[in-house]
Amino acid sequence: MAASTVAASELLHNMNKQISILFPKASCVIRQISTSSSRCDCPPQMRAKSTPQQLVGVVGLEIHAQINSNTKLFSGSPVGFSAPPNSLVSPFDASLPGTLPVLNTRCVEAAVMTALALNCTINRKSLFDRKHYFYADLPTGYQITQQRRPIAVDGILHYSLLGGKKSNQMIRKSVTIKQIQLEQDSGKSLHDNLRSQTLIDLNRAGVGLMELVMEPDMSCGEEAAAAVRELQLILQALGTCQGNMSEGQLRVDANVSVHKPGEPLGIRAEVKNINSARFLCRAIDYEIQRQIEVLQRGGTVQNETRTYDSKSGETIPMREKEGLQDYRFMPEPNLPPLIVYEDNASLPTGIDACQVVVVQKIREGLPELPSVKRDRLVQTYGILPEHSLTLVNEDGLMEYFEAVLKATKREPRKVIGWVKNELVAHLKQQDMSVSQSPISPSALAELLELQETGHISSSVAKQVFQEMWRSPDKTASQIIQEQDLGLLSDTAQLHSICQTVLDSHPDEVHAIRNGNKKVLNKLIGLVQKETKGRADPVVVRTIIQEKTS
Amino acid sequence: MLVFSLAAKRACRGVSLKSFHLLTNDGYSITNVEHIHRNTNRCLQSHITNVTRLSSSRPHNSKVPEVATWEPVPDHQLPPPAHIPADLVDKLERLALVDFRTKEGLACLEKAIRFADQLHVVDTSGVEPMDSVLEERALNLRDDAVTDGDCAEELLHLSKKTVEEYFVAPPGNIPLPTREERATILKHSEL
Repeated sequence: MAASTVAASELLHNMNKQISILFPKASCVIRQISTSSSRCDCPPQMRAKSTPQQLVGVVGLEIHAQINSNTKLFSGSPVGFSAPPNSLVSPFDASLPGTLPVLNTRCVEAAVMTALALNCTINRKSLFDRKHYFYADLPTGYQITQQRRPIAVDGILHYSLLGGKKSNQMIRKSVTIKQIQLEQDSGKSLHDNLRSQTLIDLNRAGVGLMELVMEPDMSCGEEAAAAVRELQLILQALGTCQGNMSEGQLRVDANVSVHKPGEPLGIRAEVKNINSARFLCRAIDYEIQRQIEVLQRGGTVQNETRTYDSKSGETIPMREKEGLQDYRFMPEPNLPPLIVYEDNASLPTGIDACQVVVVQKIREGLPELPSVKRDRLVQTYGILPEHSLTLVNEDGLMEYFEAVLKATKREPRKVIGWVKNELVAHLKQQDMSVSQSPISPSALAELLELQETGHISSSVAKQVFQEMWRSPDKTASQIIQEQDLGLLSDTAQLHSICQTVLDSHPDEVHAIRNGNKKVLNKLIGLVQKETKGRADPVVVRTIIQEKTS
Repeated sequence: MLVFSLAAKRACRGVSLKSFHLLTNDGYSITNVEHIHRNTNRCLQSHITNVTRLSSSRPHNSKVPEVATWEPVPDHQLPPPAHIPADLVDKLERLALVDFRTKEGLACLEKAIRFADQLHVVDTSGVEPMDSVLEERALNLRDDAVTDGDCAEELLHLSKKTVEEYFVAPPGNIPLPTREERATILKHSEL
């Protein structure tokens, strides 16, 4: 085993970027990114900038979600991410002649549960098909999927994203789920270009996937990223898929085209191999812009498969598509139709209760979905819906927020401001997740208490926050003491500072005396600058008002 | 007609060992996965039992002919013979990853299509197509418990070429040469 690890890592060094796609773990974990963080070009800007004839993007998604199960879809071998090569493979997964598929109940239940959460119609009877293509990591030469009649159809995914002028308004959108189908995953290929060979690991071959097909209801990368994030949260809440994009548990292919609104859809290109929400957003926006430019130059968009190169931020052609591809679908002869039952009353007599999937039972076991969780946060804490979006979207942020609230008497509305504007901003700047925050919830609570009780001003509080971020082993009160940041309580000292400021700004004093009260704020600001933010603004205002009246 | 009687003949022959091999080759007709894994003989056994049962029901089912019959379909009843344009040959070669552009290859393909053309004569109006003879049977569902895997050594042993615990395949799918390129290759090979 050790030898293989060495060989694999050696290979990884020698390999080109194909590998970073197949082995996304190497390209580090980027997953706290959410709708609120991904900064994409918005379509309105794009329209205004470069398209007098108003070409707009149209985006549909095909999402493969790996089912979170102990064993594979049709075989009893275990599912695992970084096991030694070919250790999780049964004779069926290696497609030895004579082996037959036996369907995993858990995978069916996971698909039904996901379908219910997405308001789909469950097909009482669904069918399996073979989709043929040649690739070394697909040893049978076909994939078992559900082409003619999938397990569920016609659902809807509601999602929200932050938009508007300052990106702080919640915009509600929805996308139609065309279908959810059960299918097998393929194995993995490691291309060793040096020795001109491909190494095949079948550990992933036969793992259960739910393919979710989303209709082209989206118009830009940001919308697609928000929809995928919402789906990811739903899958994680349900436990039907772990949803880790960097480990390939959630893989997104985007169908992108451009057209003038009201006209038929344009020719689409498919962008594959996108392994984070941020890249999804960028890849789609790049592709929309590219197609617009192609059309404006008088060219035509090709129906092709493209891949996203995260280094250059471009999409590049992979292969031509339609015409050459023919999957030769045929009914899977080894699997009779899959029947699911609405409730116990509809079960045929004499059937083994362990051998059936009952929709009603799954519906009753549905957990709290992210949208309900957000509504609950808004109601419980009186925060804005857009705040609840941020709290739920960032992994662990809601728990952090609630932990701060427990340790302080400050109002949730005040705390959310700190969490969102200071904590999240700092985390994003350094590409960190909430769990990596150097400031613990209790440390932040202590800081907020000190401000609340009048020990420090709000501007100093922000200063202390930054200092705490840099030196996580110091508490807020330690920093305040060390740097002498406590609020100036010596009234005489404050009076003299104010007097100095007034004396050096006679014009402003004159203006105030003539009734221009706005100038007052400028003087307060100057005093704050003198005191490095340690003066209580309310006290300063009173002193200046007295002195200028 | 012809097709149906042929199928019946197949089913009868299914009892013999010879046709068992035929079946394994073209698919996954054995009913028990674990058996083949552990013991080929036992699996063979179970398959034969299966087939025997199938044919033993023959006397009770009058719809299955006792003896194969052969009734040639007159050519005028068939649709006009399919013409295979060069583009289609290209596509088929690419899909099948098989080179068959020779005179014999094309003749063989045309013959196969002509043979299948006879299906057009069968009146299937009002008949629901079947996917499988197991259609009316409940699909077997399995508990999500690990019962297999951890046999890398045995599986890798079956492969011609391995590197450590990996199977080794040629690099990617090698695209077929274009039609022009192939035409010259074939010309040379025929000379």
